[in-house]
Amino acid sequence: MEVKGKIYRVAGPVVTIAGIDTKMYDVVKVGHEGLMGEVIKIVGDKSVVQVYEETSGLKPGEPVENTGLPLSVELGPGLLESIYDGIQRPLGVLKEEMGNFIHRGVTADGLDHSKKWDFKACVSPGDSIKPGDMIGSVQETENILHKIFLPPNANEGKIKEIKSGSFTVVDIIGKMEDGTELKLSHKWPVRNPRPVKFKMAPKTPLVTGQRILDTMFPIAKGGTAAIPGPFGSGKTVTQQQLAKWSDANIVVYIGCGERGNEMAEVLNEFPELEDPQTGRPLMERTVLIANTSNMPVAAREASIYTGITIAEYYRDMGYDVALMADSTSRWAEAMREISSRLEEMPGEEGYPAYLSSRLAEFYERAGIVETFNDDVGSITVIGAVSPAGGDISEPVSQGTLRIVKVFWALDSSLSQKRHFPAINWLNSYSLYMDSLSPWYEENIAPDWNDLRGKSMEILQAESELLEIVQLVGSDALPDDQQVTLEVARMLREIYLQQNSFHPVDTYCSFDKQYKLLKGILRYNELAEAALESNVEVSDILHVSSKDELAKLKYEENFDSMIGPVMDQMEKEFSTLGGY
Amino acid sequence: MVKEYKTINQIAGPLIFVEKTEPIGYGEFVHIKLPDGTVKRGEVLDTSDDIVVVQVYEGTSGLNKDCSVIFTGETLKLPASIDLLGRILSGSGEPKDGGPPIVPEKMMDIHGAAMNPYSRDQPEDFIQTGISTIDGTNTLVRGQKLPIFSGSGLPHNEIALQIARQAQVPGSDEKFAVVFAAMGITNEEAQYFMDDFEKTGALERAIVFLNLADDPAVERLITPKMALTAAEYLAYEHNMHVLVILTDITNYCEAMRQMGSAREEVPGRRGYPGYMYTDLAGLYERAGVIKGVKGSVTQIPILSMPGDDITHPIPDLSGYITEGQIVVSRELHRKGIYPPINVLPSLSRLMNAGIGKGKTREDHKAVSDQMYAGYAEGRDLRGLVAIVGKEALSERDKKILEFADLFEDQFVRQGRNENRTIEDTLTVGWNILGSLPKSYLGRIDNKIIDKYYPDKPAEE
Repeated sequence: MEVKGKIYRVAGPVVTIAGIDTKMYDVVKVGHEGLMGEVIKIVGDKSVVQVYEETSGLKPGEPVENTGLPLSVELGPGLLESIYDGIQRPLGVLKEEMGNFIHRGVTADGLDHSKKWDFKACVSPGDSIKPGDMIGSVQETENILHKIFLPPNANEGKIKEIKSGSFTVVDIIGKMEDGTELKLSHKWPVRNPRPVKFKMAPKTPLVTGQRILDTMFPIAKGGTAAIPGPFGSGKTVTQQQLAKWSDANIVVYIGCGERGNEMAEVLNEFPELEDPQTGRPLMERTVLIANTSNMPVAAREASIYTGITIAEYYRDMGYDVALMADSTSRWAEAMREISSRLEEMPGEEGYPAYLSSRLAEFYERAGIVETFNDDVGSITVIGAVSPAGGDISEPVSQGTLRIVKVFWALDSSLSQKRHFPAINWLNSYSLYMDSLSPWYEENIAPDWNDLRGKSMEILQAESELLEIVQLVGSDALPDDQQVTLEVARMLREIYLQQNSFHPVDTYCSFDKQYKLLKGILRYNELAEAALESNVEVSDILHVSSKDELAKLKYEENFDSMIGPVMDQMEKEFSTLGGY
Repeated sequence: MVKEYKTINQIAGPLIFVEKTEPIGYGEFVHIKLPDGTVKRGEVLDTSDDIVVVQVYEGTSGLNKDCSVIFTGETLKLPASIDLLGRILSGSGEPKDGGPPIVPEKMMDIHGAAMNPYSRDQPEDFIQTGISTIDGTNTLVRGQKLPIFSGSGLPHNEIALQIARQAQVPGSDEKFAVVFAAMGITNEEAQYFMDDFEKTGALERAIVFLNLADDPAVERLITPKMALTAAEYLAYEHNMHVLVILTDITNYCEAMRQMGSAREEVPGRRGYPGYMYTDLAGLYERAGVIKGVKGSVTQIPILSMPGDDITHPIPDLSGYITEGQIVVSRELHRKGIYPPINVLPSLSRLMNAGIGKGKTREDHKAVSDQMYAGYAEGRDLRGLVAIVGKEALSERDKKILEFADLFEDQFVRQGRNENRTIEDTLTVGWNILGSLPKSYLGRIDNKIIDKYYPDKPAEE
């Protein structure tokens, strides 16, 4: 039953309504145009609503309707390859209805209600099913089998009828004995996490093809990571690299309060890029949510929830989902903006006092789980943070770092030197290292963890040596330290630097990472041995094969070239030792 | 029937509070009639059954409770017309050049709607500004928003004017239309811009909005919106390529802070309102290119960093929205180098889309990366030299140090009227890279080095 009330006050995106009963987070339609909004505060007989669309021209006295339902997304086949605004309106549909600019008052279904899907039932009439049990499937894209479940918010019972065939997402495909209609789609309130059987401990890495991430600071499937950094340090490029190359089955990319031109770039590129795992266009595994910085601020607040709910839905099918949120700071600022319009008592830097609990709730929706259908699925959440002035002592960075397990510290002094990805190897950390070690030993090489440890040791030593170099110059250092500096330089320039715009270097397989790292550290071993046999340090530093090694990462047939280069290195060193 | 209300209950700063009205729309445009007949204009900030809060653009001086308030029922609009070209207008769009009133072809809401990200085309048309530090290392493309971060006393105005004069897309004769919005700049600065526009004949393809330092601060808040609306009109209705210069964003933000405190809002960092990011995004995001539409809006906002501090909220929030920044350096300016652009903290995020084979030249990115790396290392070495002296440097370090000097002297430095083509810029780049042995050029492909590396060293 819809009851009518009226507008009492309008102040920007915050509208006060009166004469209508509401529950917290009910979706209401405000004004003659029926602008969508959400109840965020109830005071006496008045309710305060954050409106997801532009409110200019809205007057006190205009009618208000309460739908009585919380903000929900429509879940079903057709989500993949979509691009949505913060409240799951497909931007393509909005363009058809309103042209190139987003005006207000247009509602659009999250899924295409006219497209037919081929549904194959996997249960029969008479079967007993519980919420979360699979009832059939749809081939959504070539590689994604979209499993259809009895929604987690339905009741368990027996199936009365069900049939395979060609259906739209709103057609009735069957019935339960209690009369519940079964469809290919259902709605889920975005602010409620979808239930799972239980959560598990993450044990496999999310392979990203980015050397510094995979080798030095890996993230586990089902883990959480934060990338804080000042502007221009490469947050967005890193997020996009992850969206492109990580070995997730599904990628949900949330452009939350960021640049429109960047979304245009993603939209341009993704359909043309190939998924390295399947060879299919990347777009086929991607859901994009674009609420750019000039789109309504309340919808920006909702976009994060819309994204994670879609991610949970695919996790429930047993897929590995990676969710990138760029940027969580804009989300926090949206909360701050709404909170200040509500005249709430501010916490630190004007952010609402509930900021850190909201951040925690969001990141807690990540994880690797066993679903009610006995599949294993995961959500890996990678959140960009844009700290004011690049100073991570601010509340959003701090609130995030308390929760996430991986910290990729972007550093503007690196990006100014065009060292990309500008992730500082001394400040970053990953708490998954221990739980992932067995996986590396089993799947890459038994000595992988040693190689990684050794290279971190060298980089650490370099940072200490550089302080001395600042005082006395590098020529004054003893020979072995000069070798350490050289190896550290190689690690930085050959290994840690990776050119995301280079067709070959943009993705580096684990096998290639291993060989490259092994090559650099082999140079270190040979150099140390040579020093012991009193070879001149300048000769060691001028071994030409190490320059060859430096250029190898750009070569398409790396595999066939690395062997000869390493052979040459051994040979060069053996001649050095010869006199 | 338009009603006049004489029910002003309170006047505070730029705000008036009106009681006992009929329902008034949020954001409505308002006329306020003073007893002496003058009319001021304003906008509804907050509306409810009990009270309506109006922000007065021209300031509230001279207002009293006897003034009458007229709500127009519409939001503030710009009278858009192709005849705006060549005109000089006030910060709120009134003719200021003694010319005839504007006959509108279309009334456009100045707040503009957000461009659907789905309709955006990826900006990738190289704009040649004739300035090496921009074209070569921080390339501007059509549809980009690339601010100049400067400080007081630095020649950002000269740089902006040089860009406006010289900007063109190579291979097309089309000139950019220029929309110039001045916010709170001094009369003298405004004069400087106007003189240059007139001297070079740029005025006839320009629209100028002037809000000067002694004009009301609140008017500053609508000036850039007026300007961008005019730019969108030219771009999307008349298929023109428009370059918008906004100066000075810092004054705009100060005005925002002033309004915020008048409204007794909870202040954010350094007293600036919490919605400053959203508000600035509402300006900057209006740059862009639309699929299937010929025109485009490119923005060059200028902002002076208070105390040269790039972490100050204004440059900080701007940097998070814009697609890079051009940083003007006091240090280079003191050395007498024009344009004193420090490339290290400067950045153009859309550069990669606009350069390379078929757009500029195949070696562009490699040359730029190599110069960046060399210059960054050279500057670090300067610090080292100050401590240990030049003698303690290795042979390689000495070469790099020399490269950094050459970079500033030959690549950065150029004349105020020197319009370098991209070919010129890359040639200068190769000449100075020629001072380094080939083996130092680790970021350039061997094939490209073989093709472009100069035969004789630069210092001929």
